[in-house]
Amino acid sequence: MPVLSLLVLLAVWQALAIYLNNNLLPTPATVATVFWLESVSGQLPYHMGVTLLRLLASFSIAMFLGCAIGIALGRNKKLDAFFDNWLVIFLNVPALVTIILCYVWFGLVESAAILAVVVNKLPNVIVTIREGTRRLDQDLLEMGCSFHFSARKMLVHVIWPQLHPFVMAATRSGLALIWKIILVVELLGRSNGMGYQLHLFFQLFDVASILAYTIAFVAIIQLIELMILKPLDKKSLRWRR
Amino acid sequence: MSAIDINIHCKIFPAIGKAGENLAIKNLQFSIDSGEFVCLVGPSGSGKTTLLNLIAELDEDYEGEITVGCNETDSKIGYIFQNPRLLPWRTVRENIELVMNSGHSSTIVDELLGVMQLTEAQQVYPERLSLGMSRRVSIIRAFAIEPDVLLMDEPFVSLDAPTARQVRELLVKLWCNRPHTVLFVTHDLREAITLADRIIFLSARPMTVVSEIAVTIPRAGRHNEGVVEAFRQQLLNDYPEIKQLL
Repeated sequence: MPVLSLLVLLAVWQALAIYLNNNLLPTPATVATVFWLESVSGQLPYHMGVTLLRLLASFSIAMFLGCAIGIALGRNKKLDAFFDNWLVIFLNVPALVTIILCYVWFGLVESAAILAVVVNKLPNVIVTIREGTRRLDQDLLEMGCSFHFSARKMLVHVIWPQLHPFVMAATRSGLALIWKIILVVELLGRSNGMGYQLHLFFQLFDVASILAYTIAFVAIIQLIELMILKPLDKKSLRWRR
Repeated sequence: MSAIDINIHCKIFPAIGKAGENLAIKNLQFSIDSGEFVCLVGPSGSGKTTLLNLIAELDEDYEGEITVGCNETDSKIGYIFQNPRLLPWRTVRENIELVMNSGHSSTIVDELLGVMQLTEAQQVYPERLSLGMSRRVSIIRAFAIEPDVLLMDEPFVSLDAPTARQVRELLVKLWCNRPHTVLFVTHDLREAITLADRIIFLSARPMTVVSEIAVTIPRAGRHNEGVVEAFRQQLLNDYPEIKQLL
């Protein structure tokens, strides 16, 4: 079924391209050729690799900090009451603003780029994990307390498994959000990566290249979902009836 | 030597929303000897679970004193909750081993699983267990830490009668193998007579002791339901004040 639906999409695209007969909507075959040439020349793998590295770095930092802060806020009412406003503010600062400010304050450097992405993603992770922490099963926490579980045991065996669905939700929405923000970050202040390339193609009105890069990247994200996230889900939910 | 000394002046639950302040326990005093099996009987909602939580130090917001064991060494408390409270993402065996100290011997677990007839189910996740099996696992879990004091909060409630009897017999078997102090909460007087050395009757809120009665039937004779029933009738005649608590 998924294969069929993809084929239909391709067919619609092909038909539309032939009907319009315009450079601004190339046929799938043209895009495939561009994809092949860019791959062989090494351009596409290089820029995609750079973007993926930025994705990995900012995603890891945002998830780690977000989980730690989210659990802390979910467990401590006073802390939560204090920082709740901060969260709402940071949640609603537009991505473009944080990116520009980071570049203005810290210069057009790699760390500023990563920081901008982390600041954009972090509030989302915190809110999701905090929600999960608030819903922890009080009965099981009491059970852990009554058997004098150490903090580590409590986290690994009692708290983390309950947070798993929330962590996965933050991961999925995070991947989708982060790579889109990274493109803007690269477009505004980096001289490599997908965003930089797309910017070039835009100036040349090179739609075929834009589509080739986009499809390549969407495919990579799909692969991450299939090869990493799905198996992870399956493994950690094996106890469910 | 007493294993547990309880002297609670009062335990108050603060007001939440429209529900006002709630005085749960008032002037509650009793003590339990080491190795004694004591049943607490009282109407539901009287605060028996609250009391166990206080003893287990899950709730430390009360006025009074609770001493468990001698002061020099911390007594180990095993708590069997009303619902089994197993971790659904750990297997039966993992659930048991998790509460034990690292470096525990696996033979203890094997033995307990054997007595409770759960050897075959040890690699199963709790969601696939029946309620009776889950309760047996939670009993094993409490026994596995070799507690000095065992707290049990209506562990057989909502089991059908034959299953309850079976688990009860298994519990007594475990307890006889390794006697220790037990505080067992129930509202079923027959169950209390079957299990206890002594029964403490507690009032409705605010909870306080109504009377303490030793069960004089020898343990060997207690599987006979007629004997238990006769003792129950006699209790109700001799102590009319406990009737309203049941």
